[in-house]
Amino acid sequence: MITRIRAGRFVDPVKGCVEQVELIIEKGKIARILPPGEFKEEGPRIRTINAADKLIVPGLIDMHVHLREPGEEYKETIDSGQMAAVAGGFTSIACMPNTMPPNDTRAVTEFIIEKAKRTGLARVYPIAAITVMQKGERLTEFGELKEAGAVAVSDDGFCVTNSEVMRRALEYARYHGLMVISHSEDLNLSRSGVMHEGVVSTRIGLQGIPAASEEIMVFREISLAALTNCPVHIAHVSTAGSVEIIKRAKDAGIPVTAETAPHYFSLDHKEVAGYNTYAKVKPPLRTPEDVQAIKDGLAEGVIDVIATDHAPHSDIEKKLEFDKAAFGMIGLETALALTLQLVRDKILGLPEAIGKLSLSPASVLGIPGGCIKTGVQADLAVIDPECEYVLKREDILSKSWNSPFIGKKLKGRNELTMIGGEIVWERKSKHPRC
Amino acid sequence: MRKFDHRHLIGMGRLSVDDIELILDTAESFKELSERDIKKVPTLRGKSVVNFFFEPSTRTRTSFEIAAKRLSADTFSLSASGSSMVKGETLIDTALNLQAMKPDIIVLRHPSSGAPQLIANRVKAGIINAGDGINEHPTQSLLDLLTIREKMGKIKGLNISIIGDISHSRVARSNIIGLTKMGADVTLSGPPTMIPVGVESLGVRVVLNPAEAVKGKDVIMLLRIQLERQNKALFPCVREYASYFGLTEKIIRAAKKDVIVMHPGPINRGVEISSEVADGPHSVIFDQATNGVAVRMAVLYLLIGGAK
Repeated sequence: MITRIRAGRFVDPVKGCVEQVELIIEKGKIARILPPGEFKEEGPRIRTINAADKLIVPGLIDMHVHLREPGEEYKETIDSGQMAAVAGGFTSIACMPNTMPPNDTRAVTEFIIEKAKRTGLARVYPIAAITVMQKGERLTEFGELKEAGAVAVSDDGFCVTNSEVMRRALEYARYHGLMVISHSEDLNLSRSGVMHEGVVSTRIGLQGIPAASEEIMVFREISLAALTNCPVHIAHVSTAGSVEIIKRAKDAGIPVTAETAPHYFSLDHKEVAGYNTYAKVKPPLRTPEDVQAIKDGLAEGVIDVIATDHAPHSDIEKKLEFDKAAFGMIGLETALALTLQLVRDKILGLPEAIGKLSLSPASVLGIPGGCIKTGVQADLAVIDPECEYVLKREDILSKSWNSPFIGKKLKGRNELTMIGGEIVWERKSKHPRC
Repeated sequence: MRKFDHRHLIGMGRLSVDDIELILDTAESFKELSERDIKKVPTLRGKSVVNFFFEPSTRTRTSFEIAAKRLSADTFSLSASGSSMVKGETLIDTALNLQAMKPDIIVLRHPSSGAPQLIANRVKAGIINAGDGINEHPTQSLLDLLTIREKMGKIKGLNISIIGDISHSRVARSNIIGLTKMGADVTLSGPPTMIPVGVESLGVRVVLNPAEAVKGKDVIMLLRIQLERQNKALFPCVREYASYFGLTEKIIRAAKKDVIVMHPGPINRGVEISSEVADGPHSVIFDQATNGVAVRMAVLYLLIGGAK
């Protein structure tokens, strides 16, 4: 069987260009990349995908996802998360360890990998906990976790408060080739807060989370990275101050990378007015000035990666008083449209934008993907950048629908997802292969 | 006839100047009723008012209860400890169950900001916010406005200082909105740890030192200091608070001669207010309590259908 994708424009984040080519896929791999019309073979062995007016992009990679399994399967399971991923154009996702029990042992890592393989949907790369039970005290067994398939460590959802523990984690993780991902939050500053501390929190009477609660810990991680010369990756950057701190660190040659999430460049704290719990997220939606700084940080390369922080919660956690509702929003199925908005707004070029959703996270985690060339696994997505639609709850494939974008107009969406040469999702059939 | 076109009273932000004046005028006409020998009219006979209080409250709950009874409505009281909330029921579910019993008005006091709005969208009964978290306490603001209008003859153009824990005060937030809407000039004062970020955006000024803040003022409003906040590093101790931010006779002298001093209660004598001030000639604290009943009668009357 040979698959031919014809007439599409191929977005190449490696070369930084968009070109008209035909992709020939054989045995799960990219076999040939040809100029249009050069492929002459015909017959029953040839399956043709018409990508006219569409973009062909490397399969997207989301390095920050919460799959909720094991433990909170009513919010999301590994396979419902994989389904949401492929619907959104993601072929690889890395899942955070704050499940119940947390992924702090080989057994949980292996469980996730085994379970994910069964569906044949998005590739799942577990991120293990930094500390046992994510308590910030004792390091997990990095060596064994790596061997079991973990690609990074993080106590995401919690901050490693003890700087000594964080320092040792950086040193020990580098030895095992594991990236350390920091959830940067000074909990003493943020504990009673439920939204960004600013004019909106003052107006609607909600306790605030100051920008400093993030920035203090971003600065600490960078100090530790400089001290140990070990790499650190800053998760979900949300403030102008963090962007500035990371920029200075990068200029000084400190090994730091950073990600932001689409909601931090698409929404600001006004979204919370009306006590909209779907807009309650940690770190919180910030000011319009922060939103602009995040965009600038992306444009200048200070922020390397766009990751969703896909955090499914059911209405049991969300249809509550604002201060009692859970933090977090889903993101796998909206990230592409929101990122393409950056291209339309001329913040990022198309190859750069796609790179932040594929090549960059692959390189931060040291996993395959983000690049389409002869011989690599055929993980890709065919996207329609022009399609406009209003996001509806019933269109969401994630098990949860806690998205502040429901009812909002989005532009650009994934039409087809291929993993290892197999079409695992197509919009017109709406059903994954399994 | 003047129209009151609201189903709920959630916050001062949603009321127009005309709405506020209508409530105050209506309250004034009800005030006379409380002076009568028989303090009851049949206006709301057959209507039911549920007082749903998730936080301890004596004054506000009693005030609502008296107001409803003077209008002949049937009143029922629920508190958090007696409700199924302690059994884990969500606020929405509790409210829907309550709704099924067809009350006309639910008076809600709740520790979470935004709670009244959460249930207002889901029930047929009118919701009166009797204080939500650190957000709003509209009937307190209305009774304060009534008291000011009564004592000073107007609200517009008055210079008013609010002193205390502005950050955690729903009384302050409602009064900032209400007073500025009615054209008063509002100054906030208190320890810098208790002034919320960017509060100037609400159209007020901040003068931290109370002695400065009361200069030339027509009205001084104090807020109750919640003693448990000492643990949160907002102020070192009651003694220091009293000596730097407490209202004493000496400080009052800088205000206008006929200044009135207000306090939503309950007062901490010797902390935010000295006994001399609380019991002195400027204090209108008991007038506030009297006006509380009148304003709540007015709100119940207007919401249930008085002026439709």
